Amino acid sequence: MSSSVDKELESVVIRFAGDSGDGMQLTGTQFTNAAALFGNDLATFPDFPAEIRAPIGTLAGVSGFQIHFGSTKINTPGDMSDVLVVMNVAALKANLKGLIKGGVIIANSDGFDSKNMRLANVPEDQNPLTDGSLAEYDLKVIDVTKITRAALADSGLGTKEIDRCKNMFVLGLIYWMYHRSMDSSIEFIKSKFKKNEAVMTANLKVLQAGWSYGETTEMFANRYTVAPAKMNPGVYRSIMGNQAAALGLVSASVKSGLPLFYGTYPITPASDILHELSRHKNFNIKTFQAEDEIAAICSSIGASFGGNLAITGSSGPGIALKGEAIGLATMLELPLVIVNVQRAGPSTGLPTKTEQADLMQAYFGRNGECPVVILAAQSPVDCFNMAYEACRIALEHMIPVFFLSDGYIANGSEPWLFPQTKDLQDIKVEFAPERGNNDDKFMPYLRDEKLSRPWALPGTKGLEHRIGGLEKQNVTGNISYDPNNHEQMVLLRQEKVDRVADYIPLQTMDNGPETGDLLILGWGGTYGALKTATAILRGEGLNVSHAHLRYINPFPKNLGEILKGFKTVVVPELNNGQLVKIIRDKYFIDAIPYNKIQGLPFMSTEVVNKIKEILA
Amino acid sequence: MNEVVEKLTSKDFASDQEVRWCPGCGDYSILKQVQTVLPDLGRPKEEFVFISGIGCSSRFPYYMDTFGMHSIHGRATAIATGLKATRPELSVWIITGDGDSMSIGGNHFIHMLRRNPDVNVLLFNNQIYGLTKGQYSPTSEQGKVTKSSPIGSVDYPFNPIALALGADATFVARTLDRDPKHQQAVIKRGYEHKGTSMVEIYQNCNVFNDGAFEVYTEKGSKKENILLMENGKPLIFGANDDKGIMLDGFKPIIVNLADVSANDLWIHDETDLVKATILSRFYDDPTHPDHKPRPFGVFYVNSNKNTFDELFNNQMDAAMAKGLGDLDKLIAGNETWVVN
Repeated sequence: MSSSVDKELESVVIRFAGDSGDGMQLTGTQFTNAAALFGNDLATFPDFPAEIRAPIGTLAGVSGFQIHFGSTKINTPGDMSDVLVVMNVAALKANLKGLIKGGVIIANSDGFDSKNMRLANVPEDQNPLTDGSLAEYDLKVIDVTKITRAALADSGLGTKEIDRCKNMFVLGLIYWMYHRSMDSSIEFIKSKFKKNEAVMTANLKVLQAGWSYGETTEMFANRYTVAPAKMNPGVYRSIMGNQAAALGLVSASVKSGLPLFYGTYPITPASDILHELSRHKNFNIKTFQAEDEIAAICSSIGASFGGNLAITGSSGPGIALKGEAIGLATMLELPLVIVNVQRAGPSTGLPTKTEQADLMQAYFGRNGECPVVILAAQSPVDCFNMAYEACRIALEHMIPVFFLSDGYIANGSEPWLFPQTKDLQDIKVEFAPERGNNDDKFMPYLRDEKLSRPWALPGTKGLEHRIGGLEKQNVTGNISYDPNNHEQMVLLRQEKVDRVADYIPLQTMDNGPETGDLLILGWGGTYGALKTATAILRGEGLNVSHAHLRYINPFPKNLGEILKGFKTVVVPELNNGQLVKIIRDKYFIDAIPYNKIQGLPFMSTEVVNKIKEILA
Repeated sequence: MNEVVEKLTSKDFASDQEVRWCPGCGDYSILKQVQTVLPDLGRPKEEFVFISGIGCSSRFPYYMDTFGMHSIHGRATAIATGLKATRPELSVWIITGDGDSMSIGGNHFIHMLRRNPDVNVLLFNNQIYGLTKGQYSPTSEQGKVTKSSPIGSVDYPFNPIALALGADATFVARTLDRDPKHQQAVIKRGYEHKGTSMVEIYQNCNVFNDGAFEVYTEKGSKKENILLMENGKPLIFGANDDKGIMLDGFKPIIVNLADVSANDLWIHDETDLVKATILSRFYDDPTHPDHKPRPFGVFYVNSNKNTFDELFNNQMDAAMAKGLGDLDKLIAGNETWVVN
């Protein structure tokens, strides 16, 4: 039996890394589930190449999954990992710099043979497992391949199938190291392979072998416990951002009583929203995979004209193609939600990497004066809230609304104290009633106090009317080339966006008082890193506050007031300075940009250092 | 409710907007024929929706007192697909031109045809860009001299009928602006077809491409150049109905009825895709001495293909048969835990 000693830790960061075919995403997701069910708070960061099966053994093909779990509040997947699991030498090479000094490396020795060394461009005589270069780390070398093959020698499976079970060995071992129950993974394997018993048995056997290896070998001096986190009481589940966004959209559909139509074209990293929605037809959710991005949004505009909660979803390159149709929706003044799960650009850019560089595109990326409402989610869970809000505002204000997410929060997961649907804000929708022959002529552009026009559905008697992309005469909706009318309509469409500010919450401080030396003003997926950084800075006695914007156009009405309360305002963004330009322009303050454009999220320590530098 | 429903007239379908096509434009005739046909279809006015893209023809919806949308260039097909999928009970019409449907909207056009939603397409083909004041279009003949092709266009033209058949359209027909009766009959048949009906209408642009279809409309030439297809009837044409089409294997040949009995001619069969495809290739330059006559009427009908809106909504109905899902259950997912 192992003579390992139990140690209690507050939080741990584990990074699983291997070839993109090694099943590291699955391993990470499984461990995440188990940690969540155990009651840890957590945050995850899947980091994978764009290619489905990138060249085996190469640096380009390395796929990673990082999980940060703990008994305290966890805001980010962690700047550095404590434990690095590597299936081959390329995975080690790509991830070593992210491991803390003295951290644990669990290495599959089979992935360090001469072929793997060559593929990873490591000279034959510099095998890191043997040349002493990893002396400052706690290195555990295990021949995972060999053990897996031995465990499945009589399974009747081929070598290829056997080798595919390797990740389960790693999972079993990590479960043992952290005293985790394997039940959820056992259930998962049983259900996933219910049609292939041999593979099911093999995976279960190797999972158990990983656990037993920890138990019997003398290799591990310690096992660790990470107690459940003290979280608000209630019922939780684990959720990824894209999944949360999809559920937010479904909820808005149910709460508004409208069928949902999602017109889209597959694109990374937004496609999972389509996958999720397409499974829920029994909620009156209609999904349409169009022939291209333009047809995707146009079909949604058609569905909106017909009285559906219409949504189109994409990422930056697709949004670029949708620009003209967003302009049409703005002119038609029909409700439409445009989901942009941002990725690093321009052009095809880095499809699987995160960025916040489409804010200006959402604000200004169309011809003419074409303002739209813009919301941004700040975390995986918040994707639910803001997707729901985007629908509410679109429907109640008869207006196109951008919902911005990004690859980081879309694929990241965290525990969710999910709401009861009865507690969700109501969404009120009214269609224009039918009219008789003696009624006045229907006026499609007659506005209410929100400046929104009536939603008049085809099929309603007496409401026959024409809408289109040509400038409209106010009230009648007839084509008008009158110069003054055009100016009036441009201003009305702007005012309509501005008035949304009366129907959204005021800006709150996430941490720190409403006045002080320095305000960190963030938006979108940088929330966790900025929150952690602010806590560290305040812990060191610095007078720093953090506010995080989720309503970006229009801004909450009190934002200007908050900004005035600080000597310095810093705007950290994963772009080359976008929100900061709008803030500087709108509030005339000397806000300081802080930018990172590497396709990666902020590390909290980077932010801490930058803020200290600014304050110095 | 015992409201007396009076039969609608063509006037009921005219909006209060002033029609602003150039005087003499072929579009007027098409507007008139549609307004004439609609009252005969026995549907209330509010069930009709006309969706157009951009171009002269696409102003059409403004002149119809129905629901309408004048959208963006080439996209009416995509908008109509979304509307029809979600509101299958509506009668959805797409008004488009040769630039709108064959050029900028070509992609949506073929994808709509393969999906086969139950909508009606009226393709106003004038073989020119009119609204932008006279550039060659994707259906202009090669060598066309226009503002943007002063020494002649080098592009080969699209053949909309052949393109539609190639995209597996289920109703493909051609008519022309100058023959109101034929136009009305074809439009009506298109409406009655379950699935996408693609009706190409030769439409004269008297400002930028006047006389493009003259040989098919003028008394002296039309009988020699028009082949009127009627289902179950032999393919006969000519000034004195003196010529016919025979098939030699897959090769169509023109014969003189003095030499051949009408019984031996090619009998038009709308359901035969192979023959429709051969007829679609009767697309020669009418000035060529050996040219075949240009066919008008219904090339092809396939009534056996399910419509997109049907298939789309069948899936929805099957999923919804047990009632609306439980949202709280969906949000909770399969695995939850409690924090006390």
